[in-house]
This record gives sequence, structure tokens and C-alpha cells, in this order.
Amino acid sequence: MKRLFVVLLAVVSAFLFSSCGYNKMVELDEQVASSWSQVENVYQRRADLIPNLVNTVKGYAAHEQETLEGVIEARSKATSVNVNPENLNPQALQQFTQAQEGLSSALGRLMVVVERYPDLKANQNFRDLQAQLEGTENRIAVERRKFNETTQSYNAYIRKFPRVIYAGWFGFDKKTYFEAQQGAEQAPEVQF
Amino acid sequence: MKSIKLILLFIGITLTAFAEIPERPNPPRLVNDFANVLSRNEYNQLEGTLEQFARETSTQIVVVTVKDLEGYDPGDYAFRLGENWGVGQKGNDNGIIILLKPKEADSNGQIFVATGYGLEGVLPDAVVNSTVVDNEMIPHFKENNYYKGLASGIKVIMDITRGEYSAQEYQEYYAQNRGGGIPVLFFIILFFVVLPILRGRRRRFYSPGRSLPFWVAMGMMSGGNSHRGSFNNFSSGGGSFGGGGFGGFGGGSFGGGGAGGSW
Repeated sequence: MKRLFVVLLAVVSAFLFSSCGYNKMVELDEQVASSWSQVENVYQRRADLIPNLVNTVKGYAAHEQETLEGVIEARSKATSVNVNPENLNPQALQQFTQAQEGLSSALGRLMVVVERYPDLKANQNFRDLQAQLEGTENRIAVERRKFNETTQSYNAYIRKFPRVIYAGWFGFDKKTYFEAQQGAEQAPEVQF
Repeated sequence: MKSIKLILLFIGITLTAFAEIPERPNPPRLVNDFANVLSRNEYNQLEGTLEQFARETSTQIVVVTVKDLEGYDPGDYAFRLGENWGVGQKGNDNGIIILLKPKEADSNGQIFVATGYGLEGVLPDAVVNSTVVDNEMIPHFKENNYYKGLASGIKVIMDITRGEYSAQEYQEYYAQNRGGGIPVLFFIILFFVVLPILRGRRRRFYSPGRSLPFWVAMGMMSGGNSHRGSFNNFSSGGGSFGGGGFGGFGGGSFGGGGAGGSW
């Protein structure tokens, strides 16, 4: 009798303490959320650099008005799209990526224009900004990769047996990854 | 039979997965000259300086030279390597990777200095780019003097970061050998004063004793010695010396900070 009780107790406590991976799911979910906020953080950092960059370029290349305006416009578009980590669905992520890519290409155009102004390129302030911008692009790449990694371990965890059965009951759904930029698979064309 | 094939396949996969980026050196070293651009003497000098700095400040500066970047962007390669090895202390993320790919006949030289999360503030990308890479390193690299370029770049980095993580970290990681100066001093005395005397004596009086292990001989020496306490102190500190001279990599993380250049 007593033995049966001990066995029962062991079984019940095993259930109680294991929590069937629920705690782990919460933990991984939080990790995804925090790496997402890191992603937004580095994109924000890039947006913060832009006013300074535009002002510096303006001092040397004032009549490139169109390109500069394009950058400012793309920046305001990019900063207006924010994604809450709770609803990281494919559409929201795609919207976010699209807005950021718009800014990337506007910046790319600006950098092409800058090539025509040797004085500007020699300016120390501009060179510092350029280094910062490159650093920010590096950070974006790193944080995107880290986000994909944490998302991957979260997805793998909730989709494994036995959690695949009940993860959905608690609202743990598969999350989306960042995908390579559209058009990134084709090499850019260079024209002289 | 099938299972053996499967196992072989698995081993193959794990091997290729590691072949991309060099594995963490064991024992941990701060200078990893895979491309053989440093002489023995230069290597020792650089390693000594960096280990000393890592002991003092807990900031770990790692130099890696490679022949080939395996198709990675230099920055990407440096961040992955730093993350894999865990350069810097966990929580502080105060690691630095200096990645050098020497110039070859058919490819440009590449340098990238990657700063850990915790050093991005004190060592912003613009400073790394202009002060360290452009001013200190590349001019020497252009003259094929890799050691000079690395050493002078590292000197600047050390001067800038010295204040960031200092005594506090040092004490946390080396709390067990408090008063680290005494063991070090003792070590020096042992090595340069006591040991030569001991050796000289051994040679004269009982040469068969030469096969006696070093540490046993030391133990015998200090057996009736009034300095026994400090000897024990020293030998307990020896553990962390053995671990690569700087306590091993601490699990720091990299977020894409830093800058590089090519020539």
C-alpha cells in the first residue's frame, strides 16, 4: 500500500516538475522576442545615422536634391513600420523587410552619387559616417542571422513530439524566418 | 554494414561543418597564426602582450591569420569565429577579433577588427576604421610587415580599452589567487634564482637526480622551507597559468561591431 503511494507520488511529481516542456517553450519564445527587438534595434540605429549623413552630403552636393529626398522619404517609411514580436507573421515580416530594403536601395543610390564628389569623400566626418553605416549593415546581418537561429531552435522545439500535440493549445505557433533579400540571388549589373 | 556507412556519413558531416571556421584552439591561445605570417619570436612577443592584457583587464584580444576566408565576408568570418570561440567574458562581451588575411599574388590582403558587444561603446566603428586599421595597420601591411602592423594596431586598441573593464573583472576572475603579484614574483625568483642554483647543485652532486620531475624537486626544495605557504599559493595559481595563460575564453558575444579594410 505504502509502496503504491510512493510510486504514485513519483509519477505525479514527475509530471509537475517536468511541466512537459512548457517552461522551455516560454523561454525560447522570449528568446525569439528579444532577438527580434535586437533586429529592430540595429535597423533603428541605421535610421538614426541618416539625418547626419544627409546633412553632411548636403554641404558638398547640394544639387543632388532628388537623391537626398529619396533617402529621407525611405527613412520615414522604414521607421513607420514596426512589428510587435507577438505577431511575427509572414506578412508583417515581409512588410518590415520591404520598407527596410527601400531604405537600403535609397542609401545605395546616395553612395553612388557620392562617388562624384572627391571633396566629400575626403571629408573625415563623412568617412566616419561611412564606417558607421558599414558597421550598422554588419550589425543588421548579424542580428538577422541570430534571429533566424533562435527562431529555428524555437520552431524545432515546438514541432517535436510530444510537444507538437499541445504546443498549439498554449498559443505557441511556428514563427517565420528572415529570408534573403528579393533579387539578392542575381548579381547586380555594373554599368560604366 | 548500413549503420557503419551512416556513422561515417555523420562523421563526414560534422567534420565539414567544422571545416569552415577554425575550431577553438586547445589549449586556448590568443594568437592563432594559421597563415604563418609571424616568426616564432614575434608570435611569443604578441601572445605574451595579449595574455598580460587579458589578465589585467579581462578584455581578450584574439589575433587570427588565415590563408583563405572560405568565401565569407571578412566581417562575417570574424563575427562567427568570435561567437564560436566565445572570445571575451560572458555578460561583458569584451572580446576583440583581429582577422588578417595576408596579401597573395592573386588576392587582396584583408583585415577586419571585430569588437564584441561590450566594447562597441568605447571602440566605435569609426575609430576602429580610421585610427586602428587605416593609420596603424594597413601602412605596415603594405610593406609586408605583418607583425609591426598588428603590434601597433593592438597597442592603440589596448590604450583605448584599458579603462573599460579593469580591476573589478580582474578580481572576479582571479579571486582565488588574490595578491597575484606575490606568486608571479615567486615564480620569477624560482625560475631565475632558485632553479639555476638547484640545477647547478644537482649537476655537481647527484646527477642521476636529473630524471627527478621538476615539481617533485620543487616540492622537496620547499619541504623544510619557511615559505611553504606562498609556495602552495603559487601552485594553486598555476592552474590558471596552465589554461593558456589567460584563463580561457569566457563565452563573449559579437553583434557586428568593428571595421576593416583591404590593400
